[in-house]
Amino acid sequence: MTILRGRVHRFDPNDNINTDYIISGRYKFKIDDIRKLAEHVMEDIDPDFASRIEKGDIIVAGRNFGCGSSREQAPRALKAAGVSVIIAESFARIFYRSAFNIGLPLLTCETGWVRSGDLIEVDLSKGEIRRGSTGTVMSTSRIPQVMQILLSDGGLTSHIMKHNGFSLETDKME
Amino acid sequence: MGKTIAEKVLSSHSGSDCRPGDIVIADVDFCMSQDGTSSMMMRELRSMGFVSPKTKRGMAMVIDHNSPCPSADVSVIHKAIRSFADSHSIPLHDVGEGVCHQVVLEQGKVLPGDLVIGADSHTCTYGALNACSTGLGSADVAAAAYTGKLWFKVPETMVLRVDGDFGLMIGAKDLILTIIGKLTADGATYKSLEFKGAAIDSMCMDGRMTVANMAVEMGAKFCPFEFDSTTAKWFSERGIHAEHGLSCDPDARVESEMDFCTDDIVPMVARPHSVDNVCPASELADVLVDQVFIGTCTNGRLGDLEAAARILKGRTVKRGMRLIIAPASRAILLDAIEAGIMHQLIKSGAVVVSPGCGPCVGTHAGVPSDDETVLSTANRNFKGRMGNNKGVNIFLSSPETAAATAIRGTITDPREVM
Repeated sequence: MTILRGRVHRFDPNDNINTDYIISGRYKFKIDDIRKLAEHVMEDIDPDFASRIEKGDIIVAGRNFGCGSSREQAPRALKAAGVSVIIAESFARIFYRSAFNIGLPLLTCETGWVRSGDLIEVDLSKGEIRRGSTGTVMSTSRIPQVMQILLSDGGLTSHIMKHNGFSLETDKME
Repeated sequence: MGKTIAEKVLSSHSGSDCRPGDIVIADVDFCMSQDGTSSMMMRELRSMGFVSPKTKRGMAMVIDHNSPCPSADVSVIHKAIRSFADSHSIPLHDVGEGVCHQVVLEQGKVLPGDLVIGADSHTCTYGALNACSTGLGSADVAAAAYTGKLWFKVPETMVLRVDGDFGLMIGAKDLILTIIGKLTADGATYKSLEFKGAAIDSMCMDGRMTVANMAVEMGAKFCPFEFDSTTAKWFSERGIHAEHGLSCDPDARVESEMDFCTDDIVPMVARPHSVDNVCPASELADVLVDQVFIGTCTNGRLGDLEAAARILKGRTVKRGMRLIIAPASRAILLDAIEAGIMHQLIKSGAVVVSPGCGPCVGTHAGVPSDDETVLSTANRNFKGRMGNNKGVNIFLSSPETAAATAIRGTITDPREVM
């Protein structure tokens, strides 16, 4: 039963936070070490974010989080910076796959009720978010079965090594 | 019931009769990575004990985003890519060969009806050739190279019909900016976009590539154009055998349909800092521009350079304005030299940089100064995109609008300089 606890970080803009904002091309093309890249996450929209974030913290955003470039450095750098889970109203396609591929869980739900600085508790398997101070509970949409398999296998590459290929026999996904 | 192109391609590549929402494991025909995404792919492949690509027609690695190498740090990454490609017998397209998407298309590695992936979001460009192609992260590309397969969720299809004839100085870029403005940055997330209509039938391959390239700016997964005589001619001119392709069946179940008419399409510009923030170029006549960039996988092809040269003929770039040109590939640069296009552009005051991504991603040549304004023919105008996040504003347009703007120094509807 995975319960994640962390402090919420929100950004301006709230919608369409693209992967250039998550990790700028200025860094991602020349820095190969993901821990060093993590020192620059979100720099273009929140220059102090990398110094403020603590291990286990949670990003909350609006629509279309992770749109734009396919750079896998984006989810990797967020994870390396300490982000434990991202909750948004929707995610862009490439970022969505890549995050689960590298072991960073994502949840979708309405997010207007969560503020920066809130302490929240996320139950990944139940798909529930609880705000510490008020006890407000919000349900999230279920993590698709394929993504659950990848996550529990430790990411895409581990999944392939474990099963000697793909083992995603599932019923129709939602 | 009939099928869309996406359903046909995923059915044939997975050996199943699939419908939207199904998860399939499909054979991948080709895959590629570029210098910004290869490192992580190579790390995954090494950890799996990778020997050589299992994808049907192999893979390619391209050094285009940060090329020629601008620093010692980057040179380490480039060296590792060269060494990896060499030891796994993967064709490497090194500095100066061009933008990955243009190089892959010119190599004849993508055929009608193919399923292709790339570690670059604009891999959807190959949809112009009647393929289902999409950008993915490095781990997905590594998985496909290692197994020859990948899992896909079968997308819903949106049919976009475009009727009419484009007016003078109006074309593919204005169309796709208009569509993105209407659908917004996530209006086609996970969808396959399939085009129909007279304006699409008469559109050249360069134009179709421009449109397919920007499908991802609305979140789309695929953007396969129907196979027709224009597609067939493009292949036969390159000596590639491809006489048949796929189309979207008239009785296919599609999620939605939208109609556009070329009468309503004018020279369009995307304003800072999002691609869906569009308006007619004529509304921005008071915007002073410091730098114009013509190039990229969106608009760095021969037809684009030719359109710019035609407008610049007998004219010069406005004093104080920088016009930077990056042809999308070496082949395009050679053709443009032969046709006198490069001579015209340079004579007008343009500076030409190496075939490749040019200033689009802000990693080398052409980084704007603080508080400057850039008009670019690229596909993204995010804050900081061109390497400087301090007050830089990036506008996006067609090559025609870009050339007209280079002459006037303010954003200009190209019909005004005819």
